[in-house]
Amino acid sequence: MSAHPAPATADLDVAALRAEFPILHQEINGRPLVYLDNAASAQRPSCVIDAMAEYYRHDHANVHRGVHTLSDRATRAFEAARETVARFINADRSSEVIWTRGTTEAINLVAQSFARPRLGPGDDIVITTMEHHANIVPWQMVAEQTGARLRVAPITRSGELDLDAFEALLGERTRLVAVSHVSNSLGTINPVSKMVALARERGIPVLLDGAQAGPHLTIDVQALGCDFYAFSGHKLFGPTGIGVLWGREALLDAMPPWHGGGEMIRTVSFEKSTWNELPFKFEAGTPHIAGAIGLGRALEWFMAQDRTALAAHEDALLARCTAVIEALPGLRIIGTAKDKVSLVSFVADDVHAHDLGTILDHQGVAIRTGHHCTMPLLEWYGVPATARASMAFYNTHEEIEVFGQALERALAMFRN
Amino acid sequence: MADLEALYRDVVLDHNRRPRNFRRLAAPCGCTDGVNPLCGDRLMVCLRIEDETVTEAAFEGSGCAISMASASMMTEAVTGRSRAEALSLADTVGAMLRGREGSALQGELLALSAVSAYPSRVKCALLAWEALRAGLTDGAARVSTEAQGRTSEGRPAEQRQARDGH
Repeated sequence: MSAHPAPATADLDVAALRAEFPILHQEINGRPLVYLDNAASAQRPSCVIDAMAEYYRHDHANVHRGVHTLSDRATRAFEAARETVARFINADRSSEVIWTRGTTEAINLVAQSFARPRLGPGDDIVITTMEHHANIVPWQMVAEQTGARLRVAPITRSGELDLDAFEALLGERTRLVAVSHVSNSLGTINPVSKMVALARERGIPVLLDGAQAGPHLTIDVQALGCDFYAFSGHKLFGPTGIGVLWGREALLDAMPPWHGGGEMIRTVSFEKSTWNELPFKFEAGTPHIAGAIGLGRALEWFMAQDRTALAAHEDALLARCTAVIEALPGLRIIGTAKDKVSLVSFVADDVHAHDLGTILDHQGVAIRTGHHCTMPLLEWYGVPATARASMAFYNTHEEIEVFGQALERALAMFRN
Repeated sequence: MADLEALYRDVVLDHNRRPRNFRRLAAPCGCTDGVNPLCGDRLMVCLRIEDETVTEAAFEGSGCAISMASASMMTEAVTGRSRAEALSLADTVGAMLRGREGSALQGELLALSAVSAYPSRVKCALLAWEALRAGLTDGAARVSTEAQGRTSEGRPAEQRQARDGH
């Protein structure tokens, strides 16, 4: 799978893009902010912040209930955002788009509502070594509840999935495959189309954790052929606390509700309740209306950009960042897959990642340090923590140079 | 970068580069495994206590400069102190790191006071002292900077008895 088939585009106006992101224009510890923690949470453009504020100022009421004007406005905006999400991932219909709090909740929903009733002792769930805890722990929980086993597909030292070993794990008792589209720790873009095809040949449903993919790749759930796709709003330039589970209608229809409460019911009596139609069956309680509207606005903004140019710019940033790190002595990059998004994890042989993070912050450079919620992966690499610089399209080549100089200073401080 | 130099004082960098008492003790001794699951720091603090006095303290493990330097300083500071004095010192250092009081501390340990301005790093400096406290009190074989039952390892910090050797 070629991630970014884009030709180089020198004409992307990064300054104009940056002007839309107010948070980027500030000083941290007396230095201009260099925000390289986008894989943990990206920033949002003014139009998203404004859309949420406008909603609260003028249009807020509860959705799907009132007969009054505000409720009608809120419902229209909320459902329009769902349509936007459906377009963003090329879903066949918006009723397959379920609002969740984020990727984590979406995966838990599938674990409890889809997997749990289908699993028994001796059944398998297949994941990979590079999964985020959010795509490990929900499966461990359901495995414990049902007696099923978790099988882990291995990776190579460069951080690429071993496709043959993955295929060998798919057996008669495999009930589900759950893999990340893009690794949050390594940046690896997994060959998910091939993986989905291998699973589907055997009738095994596939969930893709798309938390890291959406900001960088074009998502087409129909072309991917997967059965579930999960992602979060805040990594896609939208608000926190809102995310999406997309699922095939036939599967969602057959699944029992996960949470009980308002909105998800059709009728309630003390003897028995009946469930609402999709997607509302899975949306108990008053949802994060402003969050959905904010995410819808973020995706509209994102889709209106020249995403080929954005991707080409990110590829150039990745190449430069990789070169800057490779040029410094005693640093080692963790994750050198051929297909990567714009993210570099690395370790220094003599300086702990946390010290690097603190010293970089003093120079205005925000990176992430630690295990990135992938403890089994880092254990496999034999490192307790890595430093991770993750770039978005609004980052500049100048910022990568500042990052490199800050890193050099940090190393010098410890090596004097 | 003024207060960065306060955090990474020469004495801290020196203890990180050349940690004191960085070794295992021969039995009989009590060892406590201290983990900070959030950042992967792991230190083993070993104490020899004779007649209620810490006669030897040592540590092993890996972590950031702050946790390594704090552990190194700790082993020097508690050697020769009574159990009660060592516990009291752990309290004082803990209070200083949490920024709760101007310190009665003297000497190298004062170099750790700058950590209180870095909330994300306080646990790094506390790790060795928490392991010390556990070793001095209930002989817990393992302590975690995260509360029991919600470590990110998904299980409560283990409390196993593993005194007298390894």
